[in-house]
Amino acid sequence: MSSLATEAAAPPAPAPTPPRPRRRRFPTVPWLLLSGSILILGVLTGYPVVRMLVMSFQEYERAQVMGMPAEWVGLDNYVAILTDSGFWEVLGRSIVFMVVAVTLTMVLGTLVALLMMRLGRKMRLLVSVGLLLAWSMPPLSSTTIWGWIFDTEYGLVNNLLTRITGDRWFGHSWLLDPLGFFTILTFIIVWGAIPFVAFTMYAGLSQIPGEVLEAAQLDGAGPFARFRLVMLPYVRTIVTVLVVLSMIWDLKVFPQVYALQDIGGDREKTNTIGVYIYQMGMGQGHFGMASAIAFVFVAIMLLLSVYYVRRTIKEEEL
Amino acid sequence: MSQVRSVEAGRAAPPRRSGSATPGVRRSPVRRAKDAGWGLVAIVVFALFVFPVYWMLNTSFLPNNRIRGEEISFFPTPDVFTLDNYRSAMFSEERAPFAPAVMNSLSTTFLTLVVCLVIGFVASIALTRFTFKGRRTFIILILVIQMIPGEAMIISLYRIIDGWALINTIIGLSAVYVAGVLPFTIWTLRGFVAGVPKELEEAAMVDGCSPAGAFWRVTFPLLAPGLVATGIFAFINAWNDFVLALVIMQRPDTMTLTLWLRTFVLVTQATNWGAVMAAAVLVAIPAVIFFLIVQGRMSGGLVAGAVKG
Repeated sequence: MSSLATEAAAPPAPAPTPPRPRRRRFPTVPWLLLSGSILILGVLTGYPVVRMLVMSFQEYERAQVMGMPAEWVGLDNYVAILTDSGFWEVLGRSIVFMVVAVTLTMVLGTLVALLMMRLGRKMRLLVSVGLLLAWSMPPLSSTTIWGWIFDTEYGLVNNLLTRITGDRWFGHSWLLDPLGFFTILTFIIVWGAIPFVAFTMYAGLSQIPGEVLEAAQLDGAGPFARFRLVMLPYVRTIVTVLVVLSMIWDLKVFPQVYALQDIGGDREKTNTIGVYIYQMGMGQGHFGMASAIAFVFVAIMLLLSVYYVRRTIKEEEL
Repeated sequence: MSQVRSVEAGRAAPPRRSGSATPGVRRSPVRRAKDAGWGLVAIVVFALFVFPVYWMLNTSFLPNNRIRGEEISFFPTPDVFTLDNYRSAMFSEERAPFAPAVMNSLSTTFLTLVVCLVIGFVASIALTRFTFKGRRTFIILILVIQMIPGEAMIISLYRIIDGWALINTIIGLSAVYVAGVLPFTIWTLRGFVAGVPKELEEAAMVDGCSPAGAFWRVTFPLLAPGLVATGIFAFINAWNDFVLALVIMQRPDTMTLTLWLRTFVLVTQATNWGAVMAAAVLVAIPAVIFFLIVQGRMSGGLVAGAVKG
């Protein structure tokens, strides 16, 4: 039919026109190149998310793992966790820990960055080497190291405290007390997280033109005023991104908590949200409830990351 | 997993700043005293960060009677220096066996790395060298997926991998790792590929190369450092992982190294800290070495001047 139409239109031979805009073909090549990624992400990320959502609306216990059909229970799992004081305790604990850890990381990381600005090249290299070493440690290795430093029987801290105070500290367990547990956890996390913040802040701060800082100094701004009024506005977006990312990382902390509990913490009183999901599901076999918690957790994380994602999109000019 | 941490690391890397001291200008004594003061602070900061690592190494080379003694041994002097802790960690019959754990870790990380690099590389080409509808959406999706915490996914991943009868298998664990690391790989490689200007390829095409040939002969070699760096980050992520291995590898013989390290501190018996520290060193060595290699490489800018010439 279309060929007829063209024939009919053909006779009055058209003058040479500029080439017609070619019809856009389906972009086969790029989608073919993306197909592997789409397959993997669909099967191993998309499907698990859907599966999690489905399980969170089902009664899914050990029996269902064995092959019993899973019954739909509507919002029962969500009601169960949201009315359970245990869940709120874990969530509250995770958030308090996150706030403390992020605050410490940001403040100390910034101070280290400012220190690096002050130093000459050799000393800066020295500090960088220290930071890189701490940064590169696998989380599980660093947890065992700190566990050893605070060990009940032979740990360095108890040994030093015994020497300094004269009291006998040997046998004092730091991990059994939840407050002590979280203090050590904070040490582990903050020690490992400062390097990233310090390097990023340093990179940001050293972009500030020297004349601006000099001018501020000539105008009589002290070091603190210079930092607050001149430096901070320059690096505001970096700070915000760092805070957001740190919040996300510290909220989902898992191996450090889990391994510290192995070394000698009270699991019930020290669970953070990630470990709680693991114990609810893998430990006690409440897969449905664990999925409901996990879904709440994912929602919190995605909400937290909205700013970061939007900013990255803008910055990358997507 | 900590993919994003590494992304930012790549972005933040090149802070080289020439020293603020101007040569030739004699500095006042006050100024010099101040510099010395800051130098002292620097040394303290350095010590604080290095101390745990140093303490781990120190303990790992000390004999048990020194580790448990009331006297603190700050250095494994030649008369007490021992490799017994390493021997015990690796070969003791009472412990989870070391060699299979190494093999499991190496095979999963290697498999993860290869799959991620190949799949991620072709994806990054699609995202940088072609313009098509849906490209932007795909990139944003990758960014959002990175924000989903793996810790929340363990339950459904466990059920799915179990359903495929892949629990306790290298393939099962690697599949989960690939899903976790791939978004980061695509994201980073996309940056590297975009960093090689198209003009270089076009110049090669003017000189008679086919588009594919131009890409292969000109762009690909320039991307090698980027591929190495991205691959190493994939390696570190998989190597350091604990959570997913804990869920997927449940039999002692399928343990990865992080699970193996964990068995050392389980409170079943008095902890042999010398062996624990030796084990921690063994787990950390590859991660630290590779990390130190890439942290400089990620700075990019390798081809920044290529067009000007």
